[in-house]
Amino acid sequence: MTGEFHTSKLDDILNWARKFSLFQYPFVTACCGMEFMSVAAPKYDIARFGAEFPRFSPRQADLLIIVGTITERQGPALRRIYEQMCEPKWVVAFGVCASTGGFYQNYSTMPGADQVVPVDVYIPGCPPRPEQVLDGLILLQERIQRGEGHNQVAIRVEAAEKDAKKKGRAFEPPLVSIRPLGAAKAESK
Amino acid sequence: MAQIVLDRLAAQFNTGELVGSGTERGDEWARVRRDAWVAVATFLRDDPATKMEMFIDLTSVDRFGSRGPGATAAAVGAEPPRFDVVVHLYSVSLKHRIRLYCGAPEEDAWVDTLVPVWAGADWYEREAYDLYGVRFKGHPDLRRILMYPEFVGHPLRKDYPKEKRQPLVRRQTGMPE
Repeated sequence: MTGEFHTSKLDDILNWARKFSLFQYPFVTACCGMEFMSVAAPKYDIARFGAEFPRFSPRQADLLIIVGTITERQGPALRRIYEQMCEPKWVVAFGVCASTGGFYQNYSTMPGADQVVPVDVYIPGCPPRPEQVLDGLILLQERIQRGEGHNQVAIRVEAAEKDAKKKGRAFEPPLVSIRPLGAAKAESK
Repeated sequence: MAQIVLDRLAAQFNTGELVGSGTERGDEWARVRRDAWVAVATFLRDDPATKMEMFIDLTSVDRFGSRGPGATAAAVGAEPPRFDVVVHLYSVSLKHRIRLYCGAPEEDAWVDTLVPVWAGADWYEREAYDLYGVRFKGHPDLRRILMYPEFVGHPLRKDYPKEKRQPLVRRQTGMPE
């Protein structure tokens, strides 16, 4: 990431805590829901990664998992749920329909949930295997630890803008580049 | 299977209300003139020999220049109606079924509503109106049912562009979120 922020040890500790205590809001619309249940059930047990607690209110959740096809008609509802979540927050697109629209190419289906909310991790598959979902969750945890979630970056940009205003300096929005997750993995070795 | 239904219809409506009829793979069908649509439906429901108590399905077909069953040049003229409204009926007590067609031309796409005959037709007619743009005269509440009110046009018409999207909301680029 380029720009004018630095991350402190305090951020490290906070992000470490955040990545192991994700409260998820499952936005389940379609058949991928079955696979989501499988991930949550004891056999694959998403609880091992600290994300076992589905909350059915966006106000109590910090991870929005979009499971299934999103129609254009659902767009405003999805956007509103995202906006109601407390910051910092993350979004996972579960399955190809949530990621790209999948095999639907028609008047009613939204071509990917990222048309209305910023998605941090895309999990492909129709539906994805539970192992893929767990892998996606681990990738998300890496991203959280590095503070590179869309919303985490947005919070820092906003804070920098506020700071610049307070000090009477001109604010130049930093050029933010989010590294691909594979690169982050390779560096950490 | 249900020739009796066609026979009863032919006996009752013998002044051109039945445009055509036939049997296709064991199922009977009849094409009905538009002004006799409700009369035929009511008769099929009430006649003791047909007793169509159960409304199965109502939908529309965009023929787009082709001819549906019974829509021969002799019966409906050189220009076939663009839309067909299709109804499936079933008699629970007599265990027979029939399929009815009714044509509606493009510039004047309407058919009388069947809601007073079978209340179950309500949402089916709303769906046919929503997706094909066929209006149902006398329907108590003819609004879109699947698409949102802001949607323009009727998406299952053959001339609706395949790639056309009408999004309600999109992310604003360049905004932190």
